[in-house]
Amino acid sequence: MVQQKLRVILLTGRTIEQGVGKEQGKSSHEYFEACSMVYMDGGDMKKLGVKNNTNVLVTTPHGSVVLKAVKYPRGPTPGLIYIPYGPWANAICSDATTSIGMPSFKGTPAEVEAAPDKPLLSMAELLKSEFGR
Amino acid sequence: MSIVKSVTCPVCGSLCDDIELTIENNEVVKVKNGCAMCESKFLGYKGEHRTKTPLIRKDGKLVPVSMDEAVHKAGEILANANYPILYGWSSTNCEAQRVGVELAEEIGGVLDNTSVVCHGPSILSVQEVGISTCTLGQIRHRADLIIYWGCDPWSAHPRHLERYTSFTEGKFEDSAWKAYLQKVKAAAGKKKIASTQRREFIKFRPQPQTQACLVSGPPQLLKKDGRKLVVIDVRKSMTAEMADYFIQVEPNKDFEILQTLRALVGDQELDVDKVGGVPVEYLEEVADAMVNCNFGVIFFGMGLTQTAGKFRNIEIAISLVRDLNRRTKFVIMPMRGHFNVTGADVVSTWQTGYPYAVDFSLGYPRYNPGETSCVDILLRGESDASLIIAADPGANFPKRAVEHMVKKPLIVIDPHMNATAMLGDVVIPSAFAGIEVGGTAYRMDNVPLPLKKVVEPPEGILPDEEILKRILEEVRIIKAQKMAQQSEAA
Repeated sequence: MVQQKLRVILLTGRTIEQGVGKEQGKSSHEYFEACSMVYMDGGDMKKLGVKNNTNVLVTTPHGSVVLKAVKYPRGPTPGLIYIPYGPWANAICSDATTSIGMPSFKGTPAEVEAAPDKPLLSMAELLKSEFGR
Repeated sequence: MSIVKSVTCPVCGSLCDDIELTIENNEVVKVKNGCAMCESKFLGYKGEHRTKTPLIRKDGKLVPVSMDEAVHKAGEILANANYPILYGWSSTNCEAQRVGVELAEEIGGVLDNTSVVCHGPSILSVQEVGISTCTLGQIRHRADLIIYWGCDPWSAHPRHLERYTSFTEGKFEDSAWKAYLQKVKAAAGKKKIASTQRREFIKFRPQPQTQACLVSGPPQLLKKDGRKLVVIDVRKSMTAEMADYFIQVEPNKDFEILQTLRALVGDQELDVDKVGGVPVEYLEEVADAMVNCNFGVIFFGMGLTQTAGKFRNIEIAISLVRDLNRRTKFVIMPMRGHFNVTGADVVSTWQTGYPYAVDFSLGYPRYNPGETSCVDILLRGESDASLIIAADPGANFPKRAVEHMVKKPLIVIDPHMNATAMLGDVVIPSAFAGIEVGGTAYRMDNVPLPLKKVVEPPEGILPDEEILKRILEEVRIIKAQKMAQQSEAA
């Protein structure tokens, strides 16, 4: 049976595509493609009824963001989602620095739901919606 | 057309210094020896996403202005601020970082670099328990056990394995490249057989079953000769696919695994079967490999510094290495991200005594990460202006921190129109350090390397160091004028 929402652990980090995109320029199409996505476990995607390369809504206590779901190609990661570093990931990351200056970029509890009709925001649109600029 | 050899790549902390560039009409047209990121930078630096003129926000929009106007505006903002933050510094040269320290002291601001959201916790741990480390050259020639923990060099430092660890031909240790190729060929063969079997029995194929097993990799592989590569991570990364042994841990359980390894290395018996989702027998294999190697190294990344425990994870990892040094030779090294983030720490330490999060507001340097670190200052809403240089907190800080940064005047110095520049009030384009400007950068093992200037910057675009010197001069003029006005009024 298809689930409405799935509780997962959110990790953010580097990918080679994000690295190439950031060196091209943060406003480049490569950077947008590399960072506005989320790697999910194939089994988890089935549970949610999410197809590869369709949009999902990821929500944490710190916010929510629409991302393109991509099946993680290198083995199972049940209960984990992975978003490359970038403004999309930071729209929902935990800002708890535990008094040492470092926000909790990995290990935040999150919820994922299918959102095939919700649009992916470009970096300019995302910044405008979040900060009004 | 000219060819420049031995260029240092200004992308990641590996600072590969064997890049060969072909220059034509003051443009890089060909890159040899570089990784995907290196090529992207050297071929893409001149692209359409570059900021061409200084910009100032007027009526909500960024409009082009002269360099003098932008520098004056930046100087005015900083001279009038009570508690400004000066953040970034990791993608520029040490010469610019040095001027940054002077500027921070002059305006009584907080000088912080990207370590704070990267290996800041590692620095805190080193300050607690010290570190046994070495240079990458030592590892290249001697290391026979290489462990990557919570990092994926294939993605973030693509040539790290090829230049410094498993796949490099060392003086005393051979490259494991051929063995890896054989493994890949064997895996491809197995895949082919499986695919044939599937085609033949397609109608009777059993339903795939989800396996709950988190650990993969037969333990015997650690008994092979030559260099061994172990990867410990929460997901099977590309580096993990290359590894001889991969341990998949549950998120936020690294501390437990490290403590278990310490216990095993200390020959203690454990009364549990599993730790952090990993059977203890697998960890025993790793502990055996650690004790029996001649020269081992742990490289660690954000998988330790950004997960639960943060600096405590590193403290235990360093303690494990200290324990191992009673049995064999072992070292540990953080995988630094930006090409000169290590330099930012070195310059800051050399000039102020502290590596990052240095607060000059009392007139002397003060350091207390958690209080004087930029993310915390922004989250508490305390700063009243920001200067961001050679970094992009607009994209890489949590949303609530950026919200406050945007509320107050924001000066951005960067070659690209990045997220922070899009949000900025004053945007000053700069020349690329390592392409259009020379200087010094520090590799992740604290070895300084020269950056090369290979092409001229576009007309009117200045190096970071020059821009900062001009802003500093402007700040001093404005402050002198203010003092003169105050003394006249008195």
